[in-house]
Amino acid sequence: MSQLQPAFGLSKRSATTAALPAAKPAVQVAKLIDVSKCIGCKACQVACMEWNDLRQDIEENVGVYENPHDLSPNAWTLMRFTEWENPERGQLEWLIRKDGCMHCQDPGCLKACPAPGAIVQYSNGIVDFISANCIGCGYCVKGCPFNSPRISTADNKAYKCTLCSDRVAVGQGPACAKACPTKAITFGTKDDMKKLAAERVEDLKERGYSKAGLYDPPGVQGTHVMYVLHHLDKPALYAGLAENPRISPLVEVWKGAGKYAGLALLGITAAFGVVHHLLAGANRVTEEDEENAEKLRGGGA
Amino acid sequence: MTEHRDGEAHMQVPRYSGSARINHWIVAVSFVLLMISGLALFHPSLFWLTGLFGGGPTARWVHPWLGVVLVVGFLGLFLRFFAANLPERTDWVWLARLRHVLAGREEYLPEVGKYNAGQKFVFWAQAVLVMVMFVTGIGLWPAGLAYFEELLGFKATIDQRRMAAVIHAGSAVLTIAIWIIHVYAAIWVRGTISAMTRGTVTGGWAWRHHRKWLRKEIGKEPGGPQPAE
Ligand code: HEM
Ligand code: SF4
Ligand code: SF4
Repeated sequence: MSQLQPAFGLSKRSATTAALPAAKPAVQVAKLIDVSKCIGCKACQVACMEWNDLRQDIEENVGVYENPHDLSPNAWTLMRFTEWENPERGQLEWLIRKDGCMHCQDPGCLKACPAPGAIVQYSNGIVDFISANCIGCGYCVKGCPFNSPRISTADNKAYKCTLCSDRVAVGQGPACAKACPTKAITFGTKDDMKKLAAERVEDLKERGYSKAGLYDPPGVQGTHVMYVLHHLDKPALYAGLAENPRISPLVEVWKGAGKYAGLALLGITAAFGVVHHLLAGANRVTEEDEENAEKLRGGGA
Repeated sequence: MTEHRDGEAHMQVPRYSGSARINHWIVAVSFVLLMISGLALFHPSLFWLTGLFGGGPTARWVHPWLGVVLVVGFLGLFLRFFAANLPERTDWVWLARLRHVLAGREEYLPEVGKYNAGQKFVFWAQAVLVMVMFVTGIGLWPAGLAYFEELLGFKATIDQRRMAAVIHAGSAVLTIAIWIIHVYAAIWVRGTISAMTRGTVTGGWAWRHHRKWLRKEIGKEPGGPQPAE
């Protein structure tokens, strides 16, 4: 269960047209994941299970490093492993990306969600699913450009990384960041994380990774989980990280113009009925019609 | 049997058998409940409609199952009525004179069989839209989709599921608009509703709106009149 953290103000609330109470402008937070420092030990996965009390069922070993096979209602973060032969450097690279919700500044999940308050964005940028309001429709799955949310078949609620909003609310960093032995995961204000990333990128460039950079995709107005990548020009190398993530135009149509066009069409159809009845009046059977029918029967067909 | 019932001034013509009426009302009730539970998720200003079902999770759960009821029920109506809804040449004449239809000037229209072109349009449009909504509805239904993916051995992509959402919502709007026209027509053309409640219409109603059908029904007498479907 993921619960609302009253310590934070809200900047967005799903399926809510009324204005939100003004929240004090809060400092934007971010988690920085330095892929170049990750050794794939999965301490973060364990810490996440531990803090959030999640236990994924034991699965079959199919000969890959990923365990479990995919994100799930009980696995909110997953190390994804890619072996890549770098043609320029002539070396094998092991690219390990910690997958999970990216905490988009413009969250597609929240845009798609039909249940008021089932998804919120706190004023510090964290996107949280509020289980008590969730109806389990799975619209968030269609809204998300990163394929992060998962619907539980046990309680029909949507789950994903909370960025440890409950820990952040009491001044702690996320459990994964605390557990990471190489400090590949760090947490702080978004500004600080960008500065730290800039240092790391410079270091990587000096070491010959000329395309190193910070993944903070503008298509979703930036994210509150960012990656330092050695190959920012090829994000798809990292187990299919989205090249240009943005809310799908299909979702925009469905949740935007489509709603108003739809409601308008229904309104016009109903109004047509009312106006037509006022102008044309009821279409009544006359006595003459009844007599004609009697005559038809009387005289045979 | 075009009989006078006791105490009734007008001749009564049977139009729908008891089983056809029950079938129709199963479809109608499931349709209305689908419309309400669907519209609740369509726009935040309508989310309160979930309260009629006991809350959001229940409305979300019951909607696809009602869809299954609707599809099975509609299949029944389809098989019963489809022969009477096949297009004829006079349907085009009827459509071309739609302004006379709307003005209620039936004397300018060709004689109509059991169904006029407008009714046939409603029949075929709803048949197509119900099928489209069933297929896209399964794409939207986490549990149902998982079942069919397992059964048929495929995996729907996220983009396909997005497409399902757009098409489902779009067809829902069309189907509700057509349903409004259907209900309005039944109200505007007085004397129609008894066809689906008591199963009969008056001779005058049949003479005025479906004369070709009336001729046929009267022609069937005395050789054992059967309720028409
Ligand atoms: C024929 C079988 C149908 C199936 C299997 C089906 C299934 C679904 C599912 C799974 C959803 C997602 C939300 C939910 O679970 O409530 C949905 C949404 C919806 N359904 Fe259906 N449905 C069907 C028929 C209909 C019909 C006949 C109508 C209209 C009368 C309708 C109107 C809607 C609407 C308006 C939505 C909300 C779309 C949105 O949020 O934009 N559905 N349907
Ligand atoms: S990554 Fe997906 S689930 Fe996470 S905030 Fe963005 S849209 Fe929502
Ligand atoms: S399943 Fe996702 S979209 Fe649906 S109510 Fe829950 S959080 Fe919102």
